[in-house]
Amino acid sequence: MSVCRVMGAETEYGIHTPGTNTFNATWLSTQVVHAYSRETGHRAAAGGETRWDYTDEDPLADARGWAVPRSQADPSQLTDVEPELTAAQIALEGGETLEPSGPLMMNMVLGNGARLYVDHAHPEYSSPEVTNPLDAVRWDAAGDLVALAAVRRIAATPGLPAINLYKNNTDNKSVSYGSHENYLMPRAVPFNAIVAGLTPFFATRALICGAGRVGRGQDGAGTGFQISQRADFFEAEVGLETTIRRPIINTRDEPHATSEKYRRLHVIIGDANLSQVSNYLKFGTTALVLDMIEHGTCPELQLADPVATLQDVSHDWELARTHLLSNGRRIRALDIQWRYFKAATAHAAANGSSDPDTGDGHTAAVLQRWEQVLNGLGTDPMALAPQLEWVAKLNLLQQYRARDALAWNDPRLGLIDLQWSDIRPEKGLYYKLLQLGKMERLVSDESIARAAQQPPEDTRAYFRGQCIQRYGANVVGASWDSVIFELPNQRRLQRIPTKEPLRGTKELTGALFETSPDAATFLGRLLAGTH
Amino acid sequence: MASQEQKNVSSRTEEEQLDEAPLPTPAPDSGAGQAATTGVDDLLDEIDGVLESNAEEFVRGFVQKGGQ
Repeated sequence: MSVCRVMGAETEYGIHTPGTNTFNATWLSTQVVHAYSRETGHRAAAGGETRWDYTDEDPLADARGWAVPRSQADPSQLTDVEPELTAAQIALEGGETLEPSGPLMMNMVLGNGARLYVDHAHPEYSSPEVTNPLDAVRWDAAGDLVALAAVRRIAATPGLPAINLYKNNTDNKSVSYGSHENYLMPRAVPFNAIVAGLTPFFATRALICGAGRVGRGQDGAGTGFQISQRADFFEAEVGLETTIRRPIINTRDEPHATSEKYRRLHVIIGDANLSQVSNYLKFGTTALVLDMIEHGTCPELQLADPVATLQDVSHDWELARTHLLSNGRRIRALDIQWRYFKAATAHAAANGSSDPDTGDGHTAAVLQRWEQVLNGLGTDPMALAPQLEWVAKLNLLQQYRARDALAWNDPRLGLIDLQWSDIRPEKGLYYKLLQLGKMERLVSDESIARAAQQPPEDTRAYFRGQCIQRYGANVVGASWDSVIFELPNQRRLQRIPTKEPLRGTKELTGALFETSPDAATFLGRLLAGTH
Repeated sequence: MASQEQKNVSSRTEEEQLDEAPLPTPAPDSGAGQAATTGVDDLLDEIDGVLESNAEEFVRGFVQKGGQ
C-alpha cells in the first residue's frame, strides 16, 4: 500500500460562449456531451445516451453515521435522480437554446471507463478508477483531451455557438465549481481520525497543488494574487454539502463499492490542475496521508481555526505568515507540510513501500518529489515554476507586471488567470508554456492520448470501458459499480454488478473479452463462470 | 475549537523546533534560470499573440452558474 490505492478525479469545466451570455449553461453543457458522442460514435449504435444507473447513488448519506432527510436537503444535493432536462425546464432557468425540441444528452460512459456528463451547469469528466498517482494524472489529463475533442467538434458544427471550456474553479464573480478527488478507504477507519489527520494537511496542501488565482474573496473583488482557486469558497470544517457552505472535509458517504468494506473519501477542496507535477503531488501526498491515518502514524497537530488558516495560507504567496495551533503555538504552513512529509517518510520506510529494491516504486517517487518542492519553497519558490502550477502562473503574471507596469487589478492579469486554463493548446497559456518546455511533463502526450481511448487495466474501469468499446450497442446503462446489458430477443435487462474496484481487471477478464465476439457470448460465459 | 489549550505555551516542543527551516538540499536545476534573462520578452510576445482581445470585456463576460 502507501501511495497505491484506488483513486479517481472529477473535473467540472467552466463553460463559456465568448461575446454572449444569452445561452443557457446547462444546455451548452449538453452540447459538449452530445458533441463527444458524435466524435466517438459510441452511443450512435444504440441511438441514445448511456443511461446512468442511479441504484447505488446515496448523496444524503453522511459518513458520520446519519442521513439528511430529503426534505431538508438543498435541491443541488439530490444527485441520485435522473436529471430530466426538458425545453420547459431550460426555459424556466432562462437563457437561449437552439433546437429546443431535440434530444438533450446528459450522460455518457466512455470507452476509457470515464463518465462524461452534465453536472448542474457544467460539463464534468469523472476519470476511471486508477491505482496510483501517476495514472491519476494520466487519466485526468485524458479528460482534457475529451473536452478538447468536444470543443473542436462543436466549432466545426454549423449552427452551434463556439464554446470554450476552462479547467479552473471560479468565474471570480462569486461562483465556484469543483474538481474533486476520490480515494477508496477501508470502512473500519473511524471518520474522526480522517478529519483530525487530514484537516491540517488540507489547510496547507495548496502550497504544492494550488493552481493560483488573481483576486481575493469569493467575488474576486479583493486585489492581489493567491495560491488557491478554491480556498475562499470554503466556510465549514466538516459537512455533507458540496455546493453551499463548502466544508474542508466532505462527509458524502457513497462508496460506489461494497459498503460494508469500503468508504469513498470524497475530497472537494482541491484546485483543478493542469500542471502535471502539482496534480501528481495532490494525489500522491494525499494518498500517503490517508495511509498514515489508517495506520495511526499521522502527525498530531490541530489548527485553532482551519477555515481561516486555509484562506490565510492561500493569500500568503510570499510564505511569510504563521498560523495558530490549538495549543497556542504558531507554525508556518510549510512546516506543517514538512511535519507530514517527515512522518510519511518514516511511515513508508517502516512498511517497506519506499524501499528502492522491494518497494512499490510509486511511494519513493512521490516522497522524492514532495521533498524537492518543500525544499524549493523554503529556498527559492520561483525556481519551482516548471513544477508547481501557482508558481508558474505567478511567474508569468509577474513578468507581465514588470514589462507593462500593471497593477494587480489590471484586467489583463485577470485574463491571463482565466486563459491559463483554456483547454485548447493554441489558446491556453499553460499549454503555451508546456509547448515551450517551461512546464515539466511526468506522462507523455502519447500516453495521455491513449488514456483518452483506453481504460486503466488494473481496476474495474477496464471491465466498464471494454464493455462500452466492444458491446456498446447492447449497454443501456452503467455506473461506477454496474454495467447493464440489453440483449436482442431478451425481455429482461441484465445488470452486472462491479462492487469490487480491483476486480474486472485485464488480468481477470481480458481473455474473456478477447474471445467473446458479441455481448450474448460474453454475458453467457461471464454468468456461467467459465472465464 | 480547542481554544482551551491556547495558554499552554510554556514547554518548547516539536512545533518550535520545526519552525526552524529544515536543512535545504539543492533542488535539481530546472532550467528556469537561463530562460529568465533571454527568453522572457520572446515568451511574453508569444503570449501577447494568443491573448483574447479586449481583456476587460472578456473577463467581465465570463459568468458561470453554480457548481459543486
